[in-house]
Amino acid sequence: MSQEADGQKVDTRKRKFLIAATSAVGGVAVVGMAVPLVMSMLPSARAKAAGAPVEIDISKVEPGMLLTAEWRGKPVWVVNRTKEMLDLLGKHDDKLVDPNSEQPQQPPYCKNATRSIKPEFLVAVGICTHLGCSPTYRKEVGAEDLGADWPGGFLCPCHGSRFDLAARVFKNVPAPVNLVIPPHKYLSATKLLIGVDEKGA
Amino acid sequence: MSALQKVMGWVDDRFPLTATYKAHLSEYYAPKNFNFWYFFGSLALLVLVMQIVTGIFLTMNYKPDSGLAFLSVEYIMRDVDWGWLIRYMHSTGASMFFVVVYLHMFRGLMYGSYRKPRELIWIFGVLIYLALMAEAFLGYLLPWGQMSYWGAQVIVNLFAAVPFIGDDLSIWIRGDYVISDATLNRFFAFHVIALPLVLIALVAVHLVALHEVGSNNPDGIEIKKKKDPVTHIPLDGIPFHPYYTVKDIVGVIVFLMVFSAIVFFGPTMGGYFLEGNNFIPADPLKTPPHIAPLWYFTPFYAILRAVPPMFGSQFPGVVAMGMSIVLIFFLPWLDRGKVKSIRYRGPIYKFMLALFVVSFVGLGYLGLLPPSPVATILAQTFSVIYFLFFLLMPWYTSIDKTKPEPERVTG
Repeated sequence: MSQEADGQKVDTRKRKFLIAATSAVGGVAVVGMAVPLVMSMLPSARAKAAGAPVEIDISKVEPGMLLTAEWRGKPVWVVNRTKEMLDLLGKHDDKLVDPNSEQPQQPPYCKNATRSIKPEFLVAVGICTHLGCSPTYRKEVGAEDLGADWPGGFLCPCHGSRFDLAARVFKNVPAPVNLVIPPHKYLSATKLLIGVDEKGA
Repeated sequence: MSALQKVMGWVDDRFPLTATYKAHLSEYYAPKNFNFWYFFGSLALLVLVMQIVTGIFLTMNYKPDSGLAFLSVEYIMRDVDWGWLIRYMHSTGASMFFVVVYLHMFRGLMYGSYRKPRELIWIFGVLIYLALMAEAFLGYLLPWGQMSYWGAQVIVNLFAAVPFIGDDLSIWIRGDYVISDATLNRFFAFHVIALPLVLIALVAVHLVALHEVGSNNPDGIEIKKKKDPVTHIPLDGIPFHPYYTVKDIVGVIVFLMVFSAIVFFGPTMGGYFLEGNNFIPADPLKTPPHIAPLWYFTPFYAILRAVPPMFGSQFPGVVAMGMSIVLIFFLPWLDRGKVKSIRYRGPIYKFMLALFVVSFVGLGYLGLLPPSPVATILAQTFSVIYFLFFLLMPWYTSIDKTKPEPERVTG
């Protein structure tokens, strides 16, 4: 095997080195070409620019009502919580995963009992923290299919995750953490800006 | 020498046409005792061809644009001549592909077709199954209906559950922060070009590996052990063509009867092949009241839902779902039975296989239902059985009391 036709010995070490070197250079070329292809699948400049803040008029959100707005392609809820709703919020802390909002799912100014700036207005991203479905607003207390102790809140239709009216997740459901409270601020008593707060975006 | 022979001779000097025909058809010797369960391999190939052909014609009118996709599908259904037929053949073909593949895989389980020396055939087969699932999932986004949108949302978010890199990974897959036009466009690219190429390549290596070692049979014994001393043809083998081509044509005709009945009389199959909510255009702000994947994904979906979040993460459920498929790859090495075929297996294996089938079908049914406490407990039970079928296999197959295998194939 190691004899050439003219009787010269093949330098197998050299041959192996050349094979390894060629493979390595070829491999670098493949990886080098893969980088632009893989990077081309990241959000484009246009997709990145689309995340502008949105302004919402909340003057027509009656007590108990939910308004859905779109921000960065996601649903953002504004719920006008009634006094009864707010009173019920503190009464089921033992059933919640994170009743005091320790997980950073909200800006610091919403790390409070109602997870909001103004107690009555809940502003939350309506995307389940499990697998991204949009939960359904179920405000009726003690709803038949949700049990007599249901305090009102949100039910995810996909995998049955439950959240209360402060968008805090209940124990023993698939969603691991509370719903996200987006950065937001009040421009006036009835104008809300989603995506920007006092510190900027 | 006739003109045809001359032409064939000319070709054979340049391309192994006759040799290939002989090796894979007229002189490929398959066991003579194939039964009903051996129809599904050739039927899978038929459906693959049908999906590719109907798919090509669908792309002529489909628009992969989030603003146009839904209406272009309706345009195909209403305004394109015979468009409804092509589209319903494609959508029915997707479900029937899984029907045929599940039966084909069950055949492998029954007769030990994954056992030595067919481990690679099995692995290629599981890869085909994975590619098929990816293909079906990607294709389901294209009509841009409510179920398309929210189904894709859920599945892509599975990747977001991966610790540390999950969020970036899911953004990279979507090409946006939510399922959007960019996602639709790339899913289209994967669905019509990337994965079909992968599928065809995998089917080719699946068949090459099969024809290298030869087919298994319902007795699970090797026909190559008993060959004619003169011709070296297996005594229990018959040429694939014409014997099994003719047999397979019968299967094709019966299959096409069922297929046509579905396409013409019940293309939605009561919501199982085409979900009602998918006739509503995608709305990123509103999830339909009940979402479930198509029936062929529901067993794995039920496993996903059965695992509660641990340590503040839904990743364990995603891992369980992934493992339920990964385990299938290891079947050739998990099975320690002395015999291959269910005909000579002991009662324990038969019981475990029956239990496995009940669990798999049970999970499939539960995956279709809205979540409820009772369904969750049932799904958890079935999931445990599903995993135990694989994980305990080395133990129960080795202690099982088997019957002796015959020397030659039986009827």
